[in-house]
Amino acid sequence: MELYDLEKKFQEKIEKEIKIEPRDWMPDAYRKTNLRQISQHAHSEIVGMLPEGNWISRAPSLKRKAILIAKVQDEAGHGLYLYSAAETLGTSREQMIDDLHSGKAKYSSIFNYPTLTWADMGAVGWLVDGAAILNQVMLCRTSYGPYARAMVRICKEESFHQRQGFESLLVMSQGTEAQRAMCQDAINRWWWPSLMMFGPKDSESTNSDQSMKWKIKRKTNDELRQQFVDMIAEQIKLLGMTLPDPDLRWNEERKHYDFGEINWTEFWNVVKGNGPCNKQRLEARNKAHEEGAWVRAAALAYAEKKRVRTTAKVA
Amino acid sequence: MQTQPTIDYALHLADSALILGQRNGEWCAHGPILEQDIAITNITLDLIGQSRLFYQYAAACMNESGTAEATEDTLAYLRTERSFKNLLMCELPNGDWAQTVLRQFFFSQFQLLLLEQLQHAGNEQYAAIAAKSIKETQYHVKWSSEWVIRLGDGTAESHEKMENAVNALWMYTGEFFIAADYEAVDVAALKNKWMEAVTAIFEEATLSMPENTFMQTGGKTGTHTEHLGYILSELQYLQRTYPGAEW
Ligand SMILES: [Fe+2]
Ligand SMILES: [Fe+2]
Ligand SMILES: [Fe+2]
Repeated sequence: MELYDLEKKFQEKIEKEIKIEPRDWMPDAYRKTNLRQISQHAHSEIVGMLPEGNWISRAPSLKRKAILIAKVQDEAGHGLYLYSAAETLGTSREQMIDDLHSGKAKYSSIFNYPTLTWADMGAVGWLVDGAAILNQVMLCRTSYGPYARAMVRICKEESFHQRQGFESLLVMSQGTEAQRAMCQDAINRWWWPSLMMFGPKDSESTNSDQSMKWKIKRKTNDELRQQFVDMIAEQIKLLGMTLPDPDLRWNEERKHYDFGEINWTEFWNVVKGNGPCNKQRLEARNKAHEEGAWVRAAALAYAEKKRVRTTAKVA
Repeated sequence: MQTQPTIDYALHLADSALILGQRNGEWCAHGPILEQDIAITNITLDLIGQSRLFYQYAAACMNESGTAEATEDTLAYLRTERSFKNLLMCELPNGDWAQTVLRQFFFSQFQLLLLEQLQHAGNEQYAAIAAKSIKETQYHVKWSSEWVIRLGDGTAESHEKMENAVNALWMYTGEFFIAADYEAVDVAALKNKWMEAVTAIFEEATLSMPENTFMQTGGKTGTHTEHLGYILSELQYLQRTYPGAEW
């Protein structure tokens, strides 16, 4: 078949909502876009373990400690599913991880912000996982089969994380004056970065159109961001806290909340590596990887010895 | 009504599980391989779960005798260095992966034998907690012993690191088998079985058993290493800073 026909057939499948599978023909750019997006997503899960891992040793009760550990562990599991999904596109996990460590591959900028107080564990669960879910619910219907299936598994756990985060803030919001202040402060710090998670405005977003056409994405950055604002603006009422945006108000005409302008200078700064923790996060990943090198080598060597011994026995 | 030894014993078992869980938790997000990060975190979660059961039991006994308004959290977060009764081994820094997996193996192998006995120690609560914890602990023994073998019989480098780990940890194993006056299980009687199990794994791991090492003691009665104070500083920080707050 001619390339033109292949592309036509491919786009027809997309239109008919038939999932693209690893062995199917796909345009090179479709493969690359998916690989970039899925591996970035996997890296985000893994790097995202760091800011929350930061509070495991200091969790204020045994129950909260167990919940936090289980959450961070879930994120590791998400990383695993996503690396497997990305590997179906022909790049090894090793390679992807090397790209992360060299700084070539990106991960979600949100994890370049520090977790300064315990309330950040609640705020991250509620806002960061909350923002991630909207994106991920959409991705459950993405056109690449392995990615869509990984997302279905992940979404269930993410919504659990969001509820747990909210519940933890709710308890604090009903607590002492100091707890309420800690809670409000965490919301103040995480609100704008959470809005940035949806990426640049549609008018500035470069690969958005093609991704929509291929049904990798089904909603634009601005649509998802609006959905998030509408959701959180309602939920915060239950906490008796406020969002740090004087322009936030219900717009009866649009049936949506209006909100203020994101600080895009800050957004691009963090993307470019100048966030408060960019350096620290990459260093932590690199350190774990380098210090684990001898462990992985030993595991391989032992597996090989065992294989040789078993074949010798069989022979 | 339960007596002080029963309470102390529950605290001892809880403290060991919690402090080792706290240490293992430091690996979360920093493990050598993603799959193993998940595995050690699983063990961490099990240990914290076990500590909660023992603390809850200790708290119930204390409240019953009217001595205090205790909860699992007051026991974990508001006791001080000298009242913690965990085994010294649990509070040692993680060291490298070799030391972490070897410590887990030593501890879990001992804990498994102990829990088996605890089922028959004439206390229903202990028996119930033990029954629940045994399955988890069997997995901890399996996972950690496989790592001891893998590293011992892996590369020259990993073998050397395992030997260093053995040298660092062995002197903390003696305490397992020296009974404190509150213990409901005859721990001295567990020593032979534990040695047998360790010898078998060491043989497969091509590691040699240390001989005639001086053994450190004190954890069971509250005389700890310098490390414990720092562990508690982190662990208890929020409860100490905001007394009475609920989380
Ligand atoms: Fe996740
Ligand atoms: Fe996440
Ligand atoms: Fe999550």
